[in-house]
Amino acid sequence: MIYKVISKGEFRRFVDALVKSNNSLGPRQVDTDSQGNPVYQFKPVQSVEEIAFDYTATTSSAKHLFLPFREELSRFSFHGDDWEQQINYEADPVVLVGLRPCDISALNILDDVLLNSHFPSPYYLAKRKNTFVIGMDHLPLPDCFCKSMNHHTVTIGFNLFCSDIGDNYYLSINSSKAFNFLKEFEIRDPSHDDNCLLVERRKLIQNSFQTEIDVTALPSILDIEFDSPVWEKWGQKCLNCGTCAMVCPSCYCYSLTESCETNRKGARREKSLYSCNLVDFAVVAGGHNFRPKNGDRLKYRYYHQHRGFAENGNQQICVGCNRCGRACLSGINPKDVINDLRMEKESCLICVSSSPARI
Amino acid sequence: MNIAKLKIASFDFTCCEGCQLQLANRESTLSDFLELLDIRNFREILSEKHDDYDIALIEGSISRQDEVERLLKIREQAKVLVAFGTCACFGGINSLKNRFRMDETVREIYGDMAIETLPVKKISDVVKVDLSIPGCPVAKEEVERIIVSLATSSLVTLPKYPVCVECKQQLNTCLFDLGEICLGPITRAGCNAVCPTGKTACLGCRGPAEELNMPAFLELVRERKLSHSDLQEKLAFYNAFEPVATDET
Repeated sequence: MIYKVISKGEFRRFVDALVKSNNSLGPRQVDTDSQGNPVYQFKPVQSVEEIAFDYTATTSSAKHLFLPFREELSRFSFHGDDWEQQINYEADPVVLVGLRPCDISALNILDDVLLNSHFPSPYYLAKRKNTFVIGMDHLPLPDCFCKSMNHHTVTIGFNLFCSDIGDNYYLSINSSKAFNFLKEFEIRDPSHDDNCLLVERRKLIQNSFQTEIDVTALPSILDIEFDSPVWEKWGQKCLNCGTCAMVCPSCYCYSLTESCETNRKGARREKSLYSCNLVDFAVVAGGHNFRPKNGDRLKYRYYHQHRGFAENGNQQICVGCNRCGRACLSGINPKDVINDLRMEKESCLICVSSSPARI
Repeated sequence: MNIAKLKIASFDFTCCEGCQLQLANRESTLSDFLELLDIRNFREILSEKHDDYDIALIEGSISRQDEVERLLKIREQAKVLVAFGTCACFGGINSLKNRFRMDETVREIYGDMAIETLPVKKISDVVKVDLSIPGCPVAKEEVERIIVSLATSSLVTLPKYPVCVECKQQLNTCLFDLGEICLGPITRAGCNAVCPTGKTACLGCRGPAEELNMPAFLELVRERKLSHSDLQEKLAFYNAFEPVATDET
């Protein structure tokens, strides 16, 4: 990693040059909600003026830029009794400005699942490698809990990361591409004072969290609480609408459909991001549903997020952005569900009374 | 892939005939689409009439005795009877009539003219329906997909999940966050959330999503202090949802 410092004015010139000559996306205000709060999303930008650098959080993550909500995986053409498959996973270069550390961490987790596994995804790889990621730190929102998940800082997975140290940005440069771009602009080596400001900034971020979730031993608690009534309680609230998984930066489950073209000369295979909360997520051929109950489906989402599955090395995949909690119309959020689950065990009087007495 | 053409007929009952008109949309694949069909009876596009169809698309709801008789006859002939569009599937906007006394509605519209009319029924209230394609209007893309499935003898499916999935995929701002009641969370997807994308609340033209959670939805409306009468009006708009109890306050 190379560290440099750039003035905010020069940084804007740098970003402007970058977005003017590339397909670029950045946070933009798209609405004002009924409480008067701005609503942000990652949207195409043509100039630096369009980027809301001071955005709080986008409603949806940037996941769909790497894992499209719907993606054609291949086409088939029929020739007599034979057929031919065409696959195309080329991706155009994209500049993505303003990702938060939690979102970059989510990409690193997706890298683990989709690139470092037994069957790497060339579709994801093409998009990931062709996206120039500029990260930016921020002060946490009252409900951010990325610190609990240890994703409030990030050291890999981006091309360039900017820490706000007042009049300047402290740049962590992680790729030769970023360094070469920056050479054209006025940057300097960090001074002793810059380093102190960076440490101060990190401390400030660290101390600004208002939401913490105790995730100690959470995977085993989830195992132990497999039959807990907590799941049914929260499941009753669940609308089965899949919003949580759509806005999540790390949910990657999907469904595949193959359909014949109208002219019957070919077919296509399409992948759609799905959610374990959707009613037919676990329906198999013949119509049997392995998870017919809301609570069971919700449980599996928490299992995947906070306990991990074998395919991603039993790692938790939640990064603590709380987008799911904010977007859920029924008020289901990781903090309350996990606390409920902990309380369920820790306040259990039977266990407490049968514990051996202290000597 | 050579397959036999589907012998199909399209019939309209009480409706605006907009769903049938959708069949002629999506010009890019229209000729391929028509290649799949042997159209035997279709008043909007064909003057010839034949009665040897296998598939009958039924558009509209039933609001007269002669419609009941016509529908029963179609049922006798059709191997696959399709409720085509929201009116056929749920009664649709026509069902608004059922809120009033029949003699009052007739007098309001036709004055003293003698008009025979019945309370509006959906198709499945009168005959067995084999397949439903909801939507006001139906989505041609979906119709095409289903027709191709029928032609190739593959499984015919509709999305089971609610509109929210597709709405989030469009990166729309949730209409509840803008202070509105939207039926997206309880309505069957498949429309690509076209109304919420245009910042118009979903009124549920595609009917209930499978295993929708109505108690949770009512709680959401109550918790956000949104108007109960607005909710009732939206739920009743297409007659696709069970009425909910009047406000308990």
